[in-house]
Amino acid sequence: MSGNEAVARAAWEAGVRVAAAYPGTPSTEILEALAGYPDLYAEWSVNEKVSLEIAIGASMMGSRTICAMKHVGLNVASDALMTLTLTGAAGGLVIAIADDVGMSSSQNEQDSRHWGRFAHVPILEPADAQESHAMTKLAFELSEQFETPVLVRLTSRICHVKGVVTTGERIAHEPAGFTKDPQRWVMVPAHARNRIPLMFEREEKLRAAAETSELNLLDDGGDRTLGFVTSGPAYLHVREAFPDAPILKLGFSCPLPLERIKAFAGSVETLVVVEESEPLMELELRAAGLPLVGKDLLPRQGELTPEVLERALAPLTGAKLAPAVKEPPTLVSGVFPRPPTLCVACPHLGVYFSLSRIKKLVITGDIGCYTLGAGHPWNALDSTVCMGASLPMALGADKGRGEIDADKRMVAVIGDSTFMHMGMQGLLDIAYNRGNVTVLLLDNRTVGMTGGQENPGSGRDLYGNEAPRVDFAKLAEAIGVPSDRVHVVDPYELPTLFKLLREETRKDGPSIIITNQPCVLTDNYEPRVALKVEPELCTGCSNCLDVGCPAISVTRSETVVKPSGKEKELKFVTIETAACTGCNLCQKTCAPDAIVPAAERLR
Amino acid sequence: MSESSPTNILVVGVGGQGVMTAAEILAEAALAEGFDVKKTEVAGMAQRGGMVTSHIRFGERVLSPSIAPGTADIMVGFEVAEALRWCHYLRPEGVAMVNTLQLAPPVVSVGLFDYPEDPVGAMVKAGIKLHTVDAGEIARGLGDLRLVNTVMLGAIADHLPFPADHLRERILERFRERKPALVPVNEQAFEAGRKAA
Repeated sequence: MSGNEAVARAAWEAGVRVAAAYPGTPSTEILEALAGYPDLYAEWSVNEKVSLEIAIGASMMGSRTICAMKHVGLNVASDALMTLTLTGAAGGLVIAIADDVGMSSSQNEQDSRHWGRFAHVPILEPADAQESHAMTKLAFELSEQFETPVLVRLTSRICHVKGVVTTGERIAHEPAGFTKDPQRWVMVPAHARNRIPLMFEREEKLRAAAETSELNLLDDGGDRTLGFVTSGPAYLHVREAFPDAPILKLGFSCPLPLERIKAFAGSVETLVVVEESEPLMELELRAAGLPLVGKDLLPRQGELTPEVLERALAPLTGAKLAPAVKEPPTLVSGVFPRPPTLCVACPHLGVYFSLSRIKKLVITGDIGCYTLGAGHPWNALDSTVCMGASLPMALGADKGRGEIDADKRMVAVIGDSTFMHMGMQGLLDIAYNRGNVTVLLLDNRTVGMTGGQENPGSGRDLYGNEAPRVDFAKLAEAIGVPSDRVHVVDPYELPTLFKLLREETRKDGPSIIITNQPCVLTDNYEPRVALKVEPELCTGCSNCLDVGCPAISVTRSETVVKPSGKEKELKFVTIETAACTGCNLCQKTCAPDAIVPAAERLR
Repeated sequence: MSESSPTNILVVGVGGQGVMTAAEILAEAALAEGFDVKKTEVAGMAQRGGMVTSHIRFGERVLSPSIAPGTADIMVGFEVAEALRWCHYLRPEGVAMVNTLQLAPPVVSVGLFDYPEDPVGAMVKAGIKLHTVDAGEIARGLGDLRLVNTVMLGAIADHLPFPADHLRERILERFRERKPALVPVNEQAFEAGRKAA
């Protein structure tokens, strides 16, 4: 099973009663897997802060609980975490935090192990799926023993790697029950002040536990010229690259077992600290006066795979470098890029087609599939920062513009799930402060980017059961957007959408345009009769190519000289009928009516 | 390379082609042989037309889940330009099994980039031990383009360190569980792939 599935299995075995998360790559599958186990409650929360607060509530009742999130999720949830460390946990509380090392699908690469130091909470670092299972179970024990939340730090290379895992059975864990204790749970200054020394005491006890923990193990080797201190999947990479080197592998890496490492350092010639991404252990060890090699040679970003390690540490190993690592041959650099793009018939296509054709817009974007609008052929996004940032940034751009940008119009583009996660507050702020912003709420009734999870806009919960469905138009009105400035449109109705966008962006004051067609990858989408191009009718105008649908491709190009003497590049197209689902967007851009229904639907 | 080194198989292609499913089946087959197995993907936003690579490593004990460049024993390419892109992952004696299908992304189709003129020739020139198979044509002949996946698995079946029949059994087992009606045609596709390779 995958690392994510192993975490879920372990949580179930540990007797978890409540599990909560907001989807985010690479952590999404933890909650999806937990939903398949009996005898517990699991939910998609609207954001990570909410999911952690749910876990805190469950813990307060004495229940074992887990919440899972990606690295940036804990930024959102950190407000809760930083005080949770003072109240501590009652029922075992575990946060599975997944770092996207290598950035396969994130806006940044950050090291969640910082939170262990910042919040003075312990961190366990598994290296693979089997260890994820064992350490997650142990995390619940630790959490209850020391009354602390425990972070289990995963990376993409754990979450999505499948390996062999030996599992166990569930041991029910009856909640101890709620105990009224305002000194502990009501964090007003007078109470919180008394909890701070307890937090530091706990940290020292945890440090002592880390010193003797079986999770910190010596994997010895005969060649003592280099000795490695490492944690997480980096351990596997080090072992592979240096089969004969002694390795002190830290599974319980925070608080750092300093004495253990000092003893190890004394047994090797050169100490090398290998960490993905930040030099956290390294800094503590340097501060303790240990001579070592770390980020002075090793990269500070990306995965530290065996070949990366071999290359980076070559100055130390010299001739001992393992078989020469192959350079990519020059012919490889010639292969075209294959950037991700919006799907065939995606309801966002018409939106970006329209945005790309309206001048003088500043378009702030958000986190989701629609971030791809920044790419070819639309180039219709000017910013992406974090969940929900599109709305406040548009307001800030409106209020902060100088004379030079007086003619610019501000547009914020956000998806339904991101809007509910952290966008609503931005809309409230725009309405309250009367910003000149047109908000495009792309409601495709799912969390598209992470693979189509349910949310309060889909009308279903994590289990697929019916749930109340948010009415975005009513919500926008209630928040303060004037009712005549709240629009719901079908994004496949290109002329209507385009006209509305142009009108709304010309007016002052807040407005919102909500698109209402489902993601094409979900069961809500109904394909229609596919289209084809009549080659003799195509004039090569390339309007349809600006829609950006991947089912449309160029068959031949031709340069013609117009009567005005100007050169024009004509591009004649075809539609891959087998891929087309008949959304008809391209048809609406085709003046000569060269795009027609295909006779039959092909497989 | 010592005897206990894991077998490294790299599967490459484009999002939506079934690369991850093929990798999953290979991993399951290796697991059934009693090997330690690790499988990892670099998919990113694969569902949206991006490139996909899947790494499968199996042996007595597998440490790192990722295959290092220059160490793959087998590369299965579902698309020929993707095979070219990743062929430097093969070890010198490694085998490439490549579907000759060409899929041009929009940036190529509109002329921002060129599709390589002769990707197969380029790989041969680079000294790659290359087998090509027109999996699309075989699948079409059998009446369903979705059979490409099984054709490709059939094509590499005789290059694995375990019997081809075991892989075929694993595939058919999957269909028996999910779509029993498709068992015979997948068996044909597997054998056709084997013969073509």
